[in-house]
Amino acid sequence: MLRLALKMLYGDRAKYAMLVGGLTFCALLMSQQVSVFCGLMRWTTATLRNVQVPIWVADAKVEQVNEVVAMRDIEVDRVKSVPGVEWAVPLFWGLLNARLPDGSFQAVQLTGLDTATLVGRPGKMLAGRVEDLRLPNAVIVDQVGVKKFKKKGIELKIGSTFEINDKEARVVGLCQSDQSFLGQPYVFTTYDRALEYAPPQRKRLSFVLVQPKPGVDPATVVETIRAIPGLTAYTSDDFFHRTIDWYMKNTGIPISFGTVVVLGIVVGIAIAGQTFYLFVHENLRFMAALKAMGARTRTLAAMVFLQAFAVGLAGYGLGVGAAAMFGFGVLKGGEPPFYMPWQVPVFTGVIILFICCLSALIGLVKIIRAEPAVVFK
Amino acid sequence: MNEPANGHQSVAIEARGVTKTFGTGDSAVAALKGVNLDVRFGELTMIVGPSGCGKTTFLSVLCGTMKFDGGSVQLFGRDLAAMRDAEVTAFRGKNVGFIFQQFNLIPTWSAVENASVPLLLAGASRQTAEAAAQRLLDEVGIGQKRRSYPTELSGGQQQRVAIARALVHEPRLIICDEPTASLDAASGHHVLELLQKIACRPDRCVIVVTHDSRIFSFADRIAEMEDGQVKAVHGRGEYHAQYV
Repeated sequence: MLRLALKMLYGDRAKYAMLVGGLTFCALLMSQQVSVFCGLMRWTTATLRNVQVPIWVADAKVEQVNEVVAMRDIEVDRVKSVPGVEWAVPLFWGLLNARLPDGSFQAVQLTGLDTATLVGRPGKMLAGRVEDLRLPNAVIVDQVGVKKFKKKGIELKIGSTFEINDKEARVVGLCQSDQSFLGQPYVFTTYDRALEYAPPQRKRLSFVLVQPKPGVDPATVVETIRAIPGLTAYTSDDFFHRTIDWYMKNTGIPISFGTVVVLGIVVGIAIAGQTFYLFVHENLRFMAALKAMGARTRTLAAMVFLQAFAVGLAGYGLGVGAAAMFGFGVLKGGEPPFYMPWQVPVFTGVIILFICCLSALIGLVKIIRAEPAVVFK
Repeated sequence: MNEPANGHQSVAIEARGVTKTFGTGDSAVAALKGVNLDVRFGELTMIVGPSGCGKTTFLSVLCGTMKFDGGSVQLFGRDLAAMRDAEVTAFRGKNVGFIFQQFNLIPTWSAVENASVPLLLAGASRQTAEAAAQRLLDEVGIGQKRRSYPTELSGGQQQRVAIARALVHEPRLIICDEPTASLDAASGHHVLELLQKIACRPDRCVIVVTHDSRIFSFADRIAEMEDGQVKAVHGRGEYHAQYV
């Protein structure tokens, strides 16, 4: 009977297409929007991936990685003295304006790495060598910078120059980095040179990057550093989640995306629920005939639920597949943000399952209530 | 009026004082007002009467697809009123075959799939059910149309598929609701011939509700209903000679 239930469903092609279409749209809207949301949230933590270290130390008031409260340089030495710390190096991070050869400006995220060790260096070089950062006025620009400069008519390559705060910056390398929430290119240089580029101020140290000694639990080191007045510390994972939490609590982004997702669910329920109800309604006479012929309620329930799940599976597959295709498409271009962790397909699957169950239940109630004698009317 | 109780064949269905009312209060309509009828094995019994006299309601009660308010119905020795819903459903699935006015063939299933449904519902495998359905389709003369869908069949052919479906699980009671109403005279006649030929057996009874006077001659007995009661029961040829 289950095979025939599917045949009953697939045989009514118009209704089947409508049902699958509704659920596809719902699954696409949910998975695509949630993935864009996740991508956006991931962008907020780009600095954590572009500068990979186990422990970040910041001013005690810092709540997320894109927030900088400058510290005194002496904090690096205070952190170095903490038991369990293998090494600690300074990091400068700030938004500055770069002046291009044509006189236009481009905001950049200037990242100053420890001059001696270049800890936090770009993970993937597209051209040039990281070590060349030690050359005079040397900077490395990421792919976002290449794209942004190109939009302004400037082909960025090794040897190109521009100015930051009236000081020359000479490109010695191009790198691949994670795009950030702010959307501005990362420009890597040494810590000392970054301080030269940055406007003069009393405190200029943004973060202290820390490596715990082998065998020492990073969480223990974090706790010890937090005991130092005026400082806080986070493991990279903790900083990642705190940053996302901050954006969730302090921006309208979750509400904006959440509204679209809820609309997707409502539209999905409305389209799929109504169409499935119509499908059941049109087949009610046949279902009643099956009841008259001795079909038990559980047989009819199995048929209806199978039909609902078959539609749900097709809609889910097409919808999430379309969202994934969208993701592959946009990831090449880098925008809009898109990140689909495994939780997104699972979440979408659960919602689609809910819609299918609801639709099937509505249909089933109608079938159960139908007296088999209706076939004689 | 009570039916004469002098039949020599054994009684398959015994209805006594069956009542059924639809609605309540001022809008209540008494569809059955104490109906008595015996249906015997080996006979084709027709229930006739004007529209609204309660024929279809009585048929629904007899085969256990509708609950009744009062009286009793003994179906093959079982008291329908005493059985639980699930029991009635299972009993009906095993013992009753249906032929409907609108055929009620599922349009997206082929002839053989439609005809095999009662066996599938009884738990038979697909192969067994389709083999039995194929035998019946052959018997009703449309074996070559086994893969055709209802929309590809004429009304007469669809009704023959419905007959195959009604008989495939070897039920003891065949219920026919206006089986010729959607057919032309020739097809209707052929359907009744088929029913008489392959459905009527000593261990089985056939009940036909109909308005179609052209087929009255096929009946072994005709129960004439009027205003929610069986007014008279006529033997073979009696009603035909009297009214047609």
